[in-house]
Order: sequence, then C-alpha cells, then structure tokens
Amino acid sequence: MTIAAESKTIEHGGASHNGEPTGMYKWLTSTDHKVIGKSYMYTSLVFLLIAGSMAMIIRAQLMSPNGHVVSQQMYNELFTIHGSIMLYLFAGPFAFGGFANFILPLQIGAPDMAFPRLNALSYWLYLTGGTTMLLGFFTAGGAAAFGWVAYAPLSSYTNAPGPGPDLWIIAIALTGFSGIFTAVNLVTTAFYLRAPGLTMFRMPIFTWSMVVTGMLILIAFPILTAAMIMLYCDRHLGTHFFTVSGGGSPVMWQNLFWFFGHPEVYILALPYFGMVSEIVPVFSRKPVFGYKGLVFATLAIAALSTGVWAHHMYTTGTVLLPFFSALSLLIAVPTGIKVFTWIGTMWGGNISFKTPMLFVIGFIVTFVMGGMTGVMLASPPIDFAVHDTYFVVAHFHQVLAGTAIFAGFAGFYYWYPKLTGRMLRESLGKLQFWMAFIAFNLTFIPQYLAGLRGMPRRVPVYLVQDHVTFLNQLSSVGAFVTFLSFVVWLVNLWVSWKKPIAAGDNPWDGHTLEWGTSSPPPHHNFTSLPPIRSQRPVWDANHPEHADHLNHELPKKEAIRR
Amino acid sequence: MKIEYRIYLGIGLFVSVLTVVYFFWAKEYGGATMFFGTAGLGIMPAMYMGWWHRRMKPRPEDTENATMAESKGAIGAFPSYTIWPFVLGMGAFMSALSLVFGEWTLVIGGALLIFGAR
Amino acid sequence: MRTVRAGVRSFSELKLTRKLGVVLIGALALSSCNPTFGAYRGATTQGKDIFSLYQGFWYTAIGVAIVTFGALLFVVIKFRRKNDAIPVQRHSNVPIEVIYTVIPAVIVAVLFFFTVKVENRVTAVSAAPNLRVKITAFQWGWRFTYPNGASVVSQGANYPQMVLPVGETTTVTLVSQDVVHGFYIPEFNFSRYALPGFTNYFDLNPTKVGTFIGRCSALCGLYHSEMLFSVRVVTPTQFQTWLSQQKAATA
Repeated sequence: MTIAAESKTIEHGGASHNGEPTGMYKWLTSTDHKVIGKSYMYTSLVFLLIAGSMAMIIRAQLMSPNGHVVSQQMYNELFTIHGSIMLYLFAGPFAFGGFANFILPLQIGAPDMAFPRLNALSYWLYLTGGTTMLLGFFTAGGAAAFGWVAYAPLSSYTNAPGPGPDLWIIAIALTGFSGIFTAVNLVTTAFYLRAPGLTMFRMPIFTWSMVVTGMLILIAFPILTAAMIMLYCDRHLGTHFFTVSGGGSPVMWQNLFWFFGHPEVYILALPYFGMVSEIVPVFSRKPVFGYKGLVFATLAIAALSTGVWAHHMYTTGTVLLPFFSALSLLIAVPTGIKVFTWIGTMWGGNISFKTPMLFVIGFIVTFVMGGMTGVMLASPPIDFAVHDTYFVVAHFHQVLAGTAIFAGFAGFYYWYPKLTGRMLRESLGKLQFWMAFIAFNLTFIPQYLAGLRGMPRRVPVYLVQDHVTFLNQLSSVGAFVTFLSFVVWLVNLWVSWKKPIAAGDNPWDGHTLEWGTSSPPPHHNFTSLPPIRSQRPVWDANHPEHADHLNHELPKKEAIRR
Repeated sequence: MKIEYRIYLGIGLFVSVLTVVYFFWAKEYGGATMFFGTAGLGIMPAMYMGWWHRRMKPRPEDTENATMAESKGAIGAFPSYTIWPFVLGMGAFMSALSLVFGEWTLVIGGALLIFGAR
Repeated sequence: MRTVRAGVRSFSELKLTRKLGVVLIGALALSSCNPTFGAYRGATTQGKDIFSLYQGFWYTAIGVAIVTFGALLFVVIKFRRKNDAIPVQRHSNVPIEVIYTVIPAVIVAVLFFFTVKVENRVTAVSAAPNLRVKITAFQWGWRFTYPNGASVVSQGANYPQMVLPVGETTTVTLVSQDVVHGFYIPEFNFSRYALPGFTNYFDLNPTKVGTFIGRCSALCGLYHSEMLFSVRVVTPTQFQTWLSQQKAATA
C-alpha cells in the first residue's frame, strides 16, 4: 500500500543510491535507519560509560562509612544524574533507539522506517536532551540533586534553586519527545511496512517486543512530559500543582511520575526480553518454544504495567494496597512464562555457548534473582520493611542493570556482525562475560543484605554500628571489576576494528530476515527477499528439510518419549 | 489489520475494566483519571484500525500465502539524506534552553525552527 | 525426516538432579528451622508479622529457584552442543505451557492471600491506643510530641530519642513540615513516608526493651543521611517516669 505519494518511490529490493554523503556529513544528514540506529547505539554506550564512571565515584565514596571522595552535594548530584542517564539515556535508547531502529525494519523486510525524517529528528532530540542533562554539572549551582524521581516538593524552586534542575527537566522533556517519535515510528513501521506473507503472528519476538514497547511508550511518555511541564510551571510560573501552600498535592507528583515510571521499567526491559527471545532459539537451533504464549505474555506485561504504579508508593499511606499488590504480584506470571519459555526453547536443543548465549544465561540468572526479590517488594508489608533501602537498590539493579548489561551485550555481540560485517573476538567476549557476571553479582548481592540491615539508599555516609561496611566494600570492589569488564569490551571493539574478521551474511545460522541480507545491509536493506512462510524465513531457506511449514507436528511416538 | 486492531482494543478494554474497578474501589480520582485516559489511548487507535480493517481487503502482509510479487508498486518514499531534521533538532534544543538561559537562545532556536520547518 | 537428539545420557543424570534437590531441601529444613534471611526479626508485633511474611516469601522463592535454576542448569549441561546435529524442531507443547502459567498464578494467589492478611494487621489503627505520639519531620530532624505536651526535638548534631512503652499500643501521627521524609526504624521492619499536607497514622506495639536506630529513608536534601534518631523502648512504669521528667524539662 502507498504510504506517501511523493515523486520518488522505492520498490522492494530497490537499487542502491550513489553519490551519498560520507563521514561527518553522512552522520548529520542520514535518514537511513541503519545509520541512525548505530548513532543511537554508540551514543547510548557513551552515556553508559559516563554514568558508569559516576557509579564508580559513588562506590568509591561508599568504601568507608565516612568517605570523603566527594562532597555531600556532589554525591547527590552524581546519583541523580547516574540514575537519570541510565534510565532515560542508556537503557531505553540503547535498545529502543539503537537495536530496534537497526533491526526491526530488517526483521520485517522493510526498506526503512515509516518516517525516516522523524527518525532522524528523534535522534537529534535524544542527543541534545542528553547533552542538556550533562550541562547541569557546568552551572553554578550544580546539576539536579533530587534523585531521578524528583519528588515534589524537594524539586520545587525553594528546595532546588538554580539552573541545574531546570536543565534536568528540559533534558527529560527533549528525550521524552524523542522517545514518543521513535515509538510512533516503530509501531507504524511494524503495522504497515511488513513484507508480503509476514503476518503479525509471523513477526519475530524481538519485533513484537518493540511494538508492545512502542505502545507502552505512547501511553507513558506523554504523562512524563506533561508532569515535567507542570513541574517547570510550579518552579517558575507560580502554579501550585505540587505545593501544599497553594492547594496542590505533592503526592500527585508521585502518582504522575510513577504512572510513567512503572511502564517505563517495562519499556526498558521488554526490548531486552525480545533480544533474548531471538538469541536463545538461534543458539539452541530450535524455534522459540510457545511463540504465541510469549507474545501474549508480552502483551499481558504491558497491559498490567499500566495498573501497578502505586507499588512505588506503598509507604505513602495514600494508596489502595490490595489493588496494587494484586496487579504487581500478577506481573510475575507473564514474566515467569517468559523465563520458562526460554528454558523450554533450550530444552532438547543443541546449545552452542558462544558469547551472546553466555550473556543470555547470565541475564536469566540475574533476572530471576531480581524477579524473586521483586515479588517480595510487591507485597506491601515487606515493602514497609525495606522501602528506600539498598534492598530496593539491589533489586532494581539486578532486574534493570542486569537486563540492560547482560541482555544488551548479548544483543550487541549477536548483531554486531550484521551492524559492521565484522566479528568480535570470542575470547575477549567470554572474558568480558565472566568478569561482568561474577563482579555484577558481587556488587548487588551484598547490597540486599545491606538493605536488610537498614542502610537507606541515596546516602553518602552510613553508620558503623549498622555493620554494613564490609558489605559495601564487597559491593564497591564488584562495581570496579564490572567497570573493568567494559574496558575489555572496548578492547574487543578496537581489535575488531583494527584486525577485522569478515562475518559473512549469516555467521550464527540465524532464523530471521535480517540474516537474509548482506552484512552490513545495502541501502534499503534487501536486494531480494526469501518467501515468508513461517516465523523463520531464513532458517526455512537454509534448512529446507527442517523448515517450519513442513515440520509443525512431531511424530506421535517422539512426543510421548519426551 | 485485524490483529493490530484487536491488540489495541484488548489493551483499551483491559484498562477500561481497571478504570471501573479502581474508580469504585479506591475512590481516588487522580489515578482513575489517568486510567481513563489510558483506556482511551488503547481504544482510539483501535477504532481507527478497526475502521480500516472493515473497509479494506487483507493486505499482502496479512495474507499467509502472499508472494513477493503482490507488493509491487510504490510502498513509500524514503529520502536517503537531508539536513533538515538536524536543523529542526538544533532549533528545538536552543529553544528549550531558553527556558533556562533566557530569551537570547530562543532567537537562535526560533530562527532555526522556522527555517527548518519551512 | 530424520531427527537427531543431542546426547542421550538422561536417566542417571536425572536421578542425580532429583537427589540433589532432596538433599538441598532437607539441609534447609534441618539446619535452620527459623532462618532470618538477613532481615531483623522485628521488635514490634507488626514487625514480627512482617518478618514471618518475609520468611514465607523466602521459602516460596527457594522453591521457585530450585525449579528454575535446576531446570536451567540441567538444560545447560545436558543439551550443550556436542555435534552438528539439528534437534527436533518443537514449536510448542500446550499442556506444559498451561502448567507453567497456572502454577505461578496459584503461587501468586497464595502469596496475595497472606499479603492481605498481614497488611490488614500491620496497617490497622487502634481506636483506643495507650499512647499517641505526634511525629513531625523537617529538614533535617525530627520532633516527637507527647499528649501531655512533652516533646523531644533534634538539635544540632544531637539525635533525638523517642521513648515508647513496651507491650502497649502507640498510635503515631506522622506529618512533614517541608519535603517528603521517610520515618524508618529498621529493627521494627517498618517505614512510612512523612508527607507535607497529608497526615499518616499507624500503630507500633513494641515487644522488646532496648534502643533502636531510626532514620530518614526518603531523600530529603543535603543532610538526608544525617537525619537520624533513636527509639528507646522501656517498661510502662519507666515510661511514665520519663514522661513526667520530660514534661518538666520541656516546660
């Protein structure tokens, strides 16, 4: 169908373009989803390193009960911007701006995103938004220091004067718009630009995850942007949305923020679940187990996530506890389905433990641990005991940082050959994995215990008599080693750049359409498409004797024996 | 379009149920309003897609046995490079900074925005 | 169509996994009949309730972990690549999918049942408490006001001490003067936000005599980490003596 009737039309398998700009000017002007996707990816990885360095300073400060690495004010700024960057500028954009941009059109056989210019604009809004957030450190009053959640009235002008908080608000608003634009783009692309025969229920799970994430973004981000504008108005234009003296309600900020904030954590997590659901089948040489169940689980997570925001507010005493705890606990069911689906995919497979698969296993382990403490936190009484302590910090780092780092690097190692046409070194990849996996858990498991001993979050100093010093030292050492694992990754990138090993079109024996084109793909992606008769067109083409459309039913005897 | 339509409808209806339950159980109107709006965000696109679903033949991408040949024709216009998104982005950036640093950045940003949106 | 199963060594391995599971559960049940899992046992009736709920969640978590990690470990060891065979292309198995949907749902329902039970007990506010204390949080300190007008307040670097009678019901009225604070006593397993413009009520029934650390849990600005206090739980008679002395001191 026609999307835009303009002078120039592209047909499937259109010819490549000549006379394109190169270098810096290419980066500035390209509307090719692959260039934008890579820009997103590398920009967000730079943000990861920046925010990671902040975490190192934070952990250095916490090495001793009365650390003097940074001032208390600086410490508050650091954890605020660390959290903000990781959530708004790394975890989301890395997957949703980077991978989705690059991979989704390829997986559905589309020549580009539905709105290429809008796509470029959303990258520029993201980059400028991120820059704005960092600008806060260069202003006189310093960056925002009220935590990434900016609870009113701590974020009011009286309590947080100066341009730093305003820059933070603007940064979030800009990246918010960027996220909305990307979401519109991805959902439209997946709904309207699929290749013939690629029905909705033949879309790869990664694409499904991105569609559902896009739908969630369209629900959640407008509320965030609106809340930011309200906050700005409260600070500068004399409104009283969140000030008690003017008849406003500080708790309303928490409601608005978390109504965005909880879907946000699934916006961050679902894309990575999608990556895992691509990698597990390929390295197990099997189709994904229970495809439809996985799709419905993804949709169920999205739908439920709109109704759980107040589990961040149990201790405010203003929310209906049974309603929110019921829905929050219920989310464990579709999430559990996902984990069992991954295990089910591996079951009976022929699993090769290349670096991407190792990272996936690491992801599943940390995610299940974080998920189980998440179920505890969904129960209001237990939340009363550990709310705003390091228990919560450990929980969300295990689920969010664990997901973004392990599943994110799994995806990076998996798709890097498609991105560049070069392989990354297996040995360095495995070294990075084992360093990251051991150190990551060394970082966060002690934090659970510190939280249970009563160590609150967002503190630069703590009491000796809480007996958490040793736990904090363990955690800090773990954090430093985790950071070193990123250095290994940088070395790996450098080696692969200097001494390239050609990847070929399909180094992993992949299943989905992106492996059916060259690495890196040509302009407008495909010179020809294989016929699409199942969820795994490239697998079908490469293994005709095991093709999905031949092989839906197992022989009865086989089924019983298993 | 059928599945796209049903997904959005499903989310819309699920949140509608939550809206009603929450409204009568919690008697808290901020959350109920947000639920109500979210239900709308599910139902509105569902109505659009449902409207189209009833009025058009299944597209090649909705047909299990479609061949590549069926998609011949214009599927869209995809510019390969243009500077204007960058200009617009910088315009938005400079205009937004005026909220912090005063009106002078708005002059630059506004100019870029007008120039870029032209 | 030829299908090759990757390595069949199953039976003895399966037995071993089962044995290991039994040993693990047994060890857990025997060695620590009442483990704390890192948490405080709770020095109030509410805190104790929360602690036993926490224990229950942990037992469930251990069960789930044994199944999940056990399955993961089994799969990772058993089905690792040994040859270049292509395994059976199994797409789904509806009964198994139903099982791993229904069982978690049942577990969650049970957890929810106990959650609601405990939550109702913990959040219940007594109609006739033995004592009412008003707690005001401010940047960066606390004020504890007793019904007879006696009060304790943070001054400089001196952390204030709240005194409570053991075995009696105290209803706390919690407000904040400026920003959001968190009233948190780790050993009571309890925290509640102090909000500006909204009053919170909750009950504390201390069961143990002693002194406990209390602190602000919600980020409230620059000196958030130093917003400490302590709670001294004493016998009712000692409490009455303290209260009258304190009243004299306040006046």
